Amino acid sequence: MSENRQDDAPVLEAFEFPPDPADDFEWVPATPEVAGNLAEPPVADWRTTGTSRRAFLRGVVCSGVAVSASAYMFTVQSGEARAAVRGVERLVSLNVNGKTRRVDVPPSETLAQTIRYRLGLTGTKIGCNRAECGACTVLADDVPIYSCSTLTHQARGAKIVTVEGVAAADGTLHPVQQAFIDELGPQCGFCTPGQVMAAVGLLKKNPKPTVDEARRAMSGNLCRCGAYPHYLAGVMRAAGRA
Amino acid sequence: MTDYMHAFDLYTPASLADAAKLLDEHGKDAWIVAGGKDSFDWFKDRHKQPRAVVDIGGLKELRGIRDGGDHVAIGAATTLTEIEENKLLRDGFPLLVQAAAKVASPQIRNSGTIGGNVSQDTRCTYYRDGFPCYRAGGNSCYANTPTAMNREHALFEAVRCVAVTPSDTAPALVALEAEMAISRGGKVRTVPAEKFFIGPDVDITRMTVLEAGDILTEIRLPKKWAGASSYFEKIADRETWDFALVNIAMAARAEGGMVKDVRIACGGVQCTPRRMTEVEDLMKGEKAGPELEKLAQRVAARGAKALNFNHFKIPLMGNLAARAVRSLA
Repeated sequence: MSENRQDDAPVLEAFEFPPDPADDFEWVPATPEVAGNLAEPPVADWRTTGTSRRAFLRGVVCSGVAVSASAYMFTVQSGEARAAVRGVERLVSLNVNGKTRRVDVPPSETLAQTIRYRLGLTGTKIGCNRAECGACTVLADDVPIYSCSTLTHQARGAKIVTVEGVAAADGTLHPVQQAFIDELGPQCGFCTPGQVMAAVGLLKKNPKPTVDEARRAMSGNLCRCGAYPHYLAGVMRAAGRA
Repeated sequence: MTDYMHAFDLYTPASLADAAKLLDEHGKDAWIVAGGKDSFDWFKDRHKQPRAVVDIGGLKELRGIRDGGDHVAIGAATTLTEIEENKLLRDGFPLLVQAAAKVASPQIRNSGTIGGNVSQDTRCTYYRDGFPCYRAGGNSCYANTPTAMNREHALFEAVRCVAVTPSDTAPALVALEAEMAISRGGKVRTVPAEKFFIGPDVDITRMTVLEAGDILTEIRLPKKWAGASSYFEKIADRETWDFALVNIAMAARAEGGMVKDVRIACGGVQCTPRRMTEVEDLMKGEKAGPELEKLAQRVAARGAKALNFNHFKIPLMGNLAARAVRSLA
């Protein structure tokens, strides 16, 4: 039966590609009349620039500030801007880590986005972006909040502290940071900035928490690696020193 | 598209009068936020895209807890942490304090407000995912079908929509006979907490009596229940963040072991917090004990109509009622 089938199988003809119109094309360099006075295109060599990820982000952030600031300057006269005349101004002064920074922020931007992408403070992480993981925790007037679910304009009057601002000026780590290192708190480390801020917020309010109080205060931060006991031990260790 | 919210104009009025003016000006295009913990999820999902967002979280008139003579008044923009830590409430109304302490997570309680907690929208996953259901103005319910995931949905009084109240403070406020002060164009009216929450039979697209232009300004707790015995318990899949599968709030006065007066409300089983009137009637004039517990357990969920996956809520309600009774013994 299988032999019959083989006999019946249609014979495939050799497939020929249709002619490519590009085959006839003869490339000639553009004459100066056509191309004008073009300079040679720069050769993109990614190796020689030596840009780190951080420097790259910083560059993007800075150029973004310049571009959006110019956009702001030139769109003031547009109809959209006039309609928002009674709404909030786009330019805000934010007090972040003790420094006042002027930033241009649309009303719908969250604090986490502003901190990361406009101020370049990428220590604050965006995990779920829905107030469900705690990676974006920052302190607003010493109170831990989720920066991913707070509008930047809502945080105008507050003193914001991110994870970059908890260490001392000379680089000495905050007792919480040191305790997390000593207790091997971070595993992958993504949740750590949020954990640090939640712990710092707790110790500012309650310098000598019980284990239960600490557990409760840290309950708004998820750790995908499950290093909760380490973080909790870190908080208790820091509570002796903070 | 869940990273960025749509473009909107943000207004931060300096007074309640300004806020009222803004709401009047923008009508149905306006959306009130205070903490914004519920609102920003809607905006990020792009299922709600109001053009004007009015932030009333900064209004001093709406913040703080004060003694108003025969009642304690809580500003609607008071955060849940402030409620949890307030001495006046801790002493007089531990029921509300316990309920506030069970909401979501510490960071959410630090910025989420009581006004937002009682006016938040339901958590039905179909509705939240943007399905064109009855509540969203469509003509179908996606949760009440044979294969739907409806383990978190309603047991009682489902009219087309089977969504439930997500709030933890709402049952406590109903049990404490709270009054909600609602301002509209400068005039203030008060609504009892029980009437504040409305079911799908009244309006399927809203959870509360609040309409465009209304601002919830204050929640007043009558001193009738100050210092009463209380019981609050929330059952959820997770301790933090999660919304209640069923929660129960009881305020009771007992004398010499006899229950004189009691009010029990239960969340997560109906579109509004459900008064357990049958349990209350059983308890009044009785002594709390194993017999009363058993009776309460039996009648707690009477009349429940379970969907495919939420049968477990029926014994859960009974057990919670029994535990509430036991707390008085």
